[in-house]
Amino acid sequence: MLISLKNIFVNAGHVTLFTGRFFKEVLRPPFEIKEFLRQCYIIGYKSLPLVAITGFIMGLVLTLQSRPTLAEFGAESWLPGMVALSLIREIAPVITALICAGKIASGIGAELGSMKVTEQIDAMEVSAINPYKYLVVTRVLATTLMIPVLVVFADAIGIYGGYVGVNIHSDLNMFRYFQQVLDSLDFLDIIPATIKTFFFGFFIGLIGCYKGFTAANGTESVGKAANEAVVAASLTIFIIDMLAVQITDLFF
Amino acid sequence: MINEATNIKEPIAVDTTVPVITIKGLYKSFGKDNAVLNGVDLTVRKGENLVVLGKSGSGKSILIKCLVGLVTADTGEIKVFGTDINTLDNNELNAIRVRIGFLFQNSALYDSMTVRENLAFPLKRHSKKLSAEEVEAAVIEALDNVGLPDAVDKMPAELSGGMRKRIGLARTLILKPEIILYDEPTTGLDTITSREISELILAIQKKNKTTSIIITHDMACAKLTGDRLVILKDGVIDAEGNYEALEKSDDEWVRSFFI
Repeated sequence: MLISLKNIFVNAGHVTLFTGRFFKEVLRPPFEIKEFLRQCYIIGYKSLPLVAITGFIMGLVLTLQSRPTLAEFGAESWLPGMVALSLIREIAPVITALICAGKIASGIGAELGSMKVTEQIDAMEVSAINPYKYLVVTRVLATTLMIPVLVVFADAIGIYGGYVGVNIHSDLNMFRYFQQVLDSLDFLDIIPATIKTFFFGFFIGLIGCYKGFTAANGTESVGKAANEAVVAASLTIFIIDMLAVQITDLFF
Repeated sequence: MINEATNIKEPIAVDTTVPVITIKGLYKSFGKDNAVLNGVDLTVRKGENLVVLGKSGSGKSILIKCLVGLVTADTGEIKVFGTDINTLDNNELNAIRVRIGFLFQNSALYDSMTVRENLAFPLKRHSKKLSAEEVEAAVIEALDNVGLPDAVDKMPAELSGGMRKRIGLARTLILKPEIILYDEPTTGLDTITSREISELILAIQKKNKTTSIIITHDMACAKLTGDRLVILKDGVIDAEGNYEALEKSDDEWVRSFFI
C-alpha cells in the first residue's frame, strides 16, 4: 500500500518535470519546424477520415435517438438546434478526443517506446541532438493545434449527419436546417468548448510522449507504453471535461 | 571506399604520450546490491584501438555509455580530451559528444527516415552553414566510405544486418569524430560480414586517425582491430595487454577468452 502510494507520488513528480521541460524547451531555439509540420500532417490530415466517419455517425444517431422524445412533446422543430448544441458543447469534443487518444496517443507511445528500446533516442542524445525537442515538443505542439481542428471538423460533419437524420423521417431543406442550427448557437456555446479541446490535444500528446519516452527496455514495454498512453489519455480527457464544465458553469 | 585492411594487423602510429580518455576509480551500480563497475581505471591513448572484453553483463556497455554521459557514474573521474565530463553542463557535454562517434549494437538507425535522412540528420544540426548540395556530397562520401553508395534511398527496414552496421558507421563518421565507441560491432553477423566490419574499423582508424574503444565478444574482431586489449571482471580491469600476450596468459580465466 505504502509502496504503491509512493509510486503514485514518484510518477506524479516525473510527469510534472516532463511537462515543465516542455515549457522550457518550446520557446528555446532551434525550432524543429519541418518535423512539427510532418507531425501536423500525420496527426491532423491522416486522422480526418476516422473523425469524419465518427462525426457523421454521431450526428445521425443523436438525431434519430432524440427525435421520438421530442416528437412526444411536439417539439421536433427543436431537433436541429438541440443536435448542434449537444455536438458542439460536449459530444464532438469528447468523442473526437477519445478517438484521438486511441489513435494518436497510442501511436506516439508505441513509436517513442520502440525508439527508446532500440536505442534510437540514445543515438540522438550522443549525436548532441536534443531528443526531447525533436520528438516531444513537435508532437505535443502538433496535437495541441490539430485536435481543435479535428473537433471543428467533427462538429461540421456531425451537424450534416443530423441533417441526414432529420430528413429520414421528414422533409427539411438544407438552408432551413442550417438556419435553425445557427439560430440556436451563440459564441458562449462555441468558445469554452473549443478552448477545452486545446487542453485535450496537449494532454493526448504529452501522455503519449511521456509513456513512450519513459518506456523500460524490452519489446514488451512498447505495447505497455501504447496501452498505458490510451488509458491515461482517455481518463485525463474525462477529468479535463469535468473541470471545463464546472469552470464554464461558474463564469458563463 | 576506404582501403581494405590486410589479414595481418600492421602497426599503426599510436601517440603513447597523449591520453585522449582517462578513467579513474569509476563506480556504477544499479540498486543496492548490483554494482556493475567497481573502480575502473583506464587510459586510452590517441590513435589507439582499445578492445574491451568481458562476460555478458560485466559492464562493458555501461563503461562506454558513461564516457558520453548516457549513463551517469556514481563516483569516479572520466576525462575526455582532458575535460572531466561529470563537471560539464549540457551544452559543454554536447560540444564533447560531437567529437565522439558511437556505434550502437543494433545500429540504432532512425526507422522513420531513409538512409540519406539518417546521415544528414546530425550533419544538418551541427553544420548549419552547409548548403543542401554540400550535405548531399557528405552523405554520398560517408556511404562510399562504407561501400554502400546505392543504399541512399533505402529505409532501414530494407537493409540486412551487415548493411545496417555499415550505415550506422557511416552516420557515426559523417561528423568526423576523433573518438569512436563501438558497442559489439559484429554481434549477430555471419563470419564474412563480421570480418568486413572489422576490416572497416581498422581502415577507418588508418584513414581518419581515430581513437577507438571496441566492445566485443568476437575474438577474430579483437585480434584484427585491437592494438591493446583489456578484460573486465567483477567491475574492474582484470587483465591488459596485446592479443598475443593475453592469449598466452598464466591466468586460465583470461586464456578461456581465446579458446
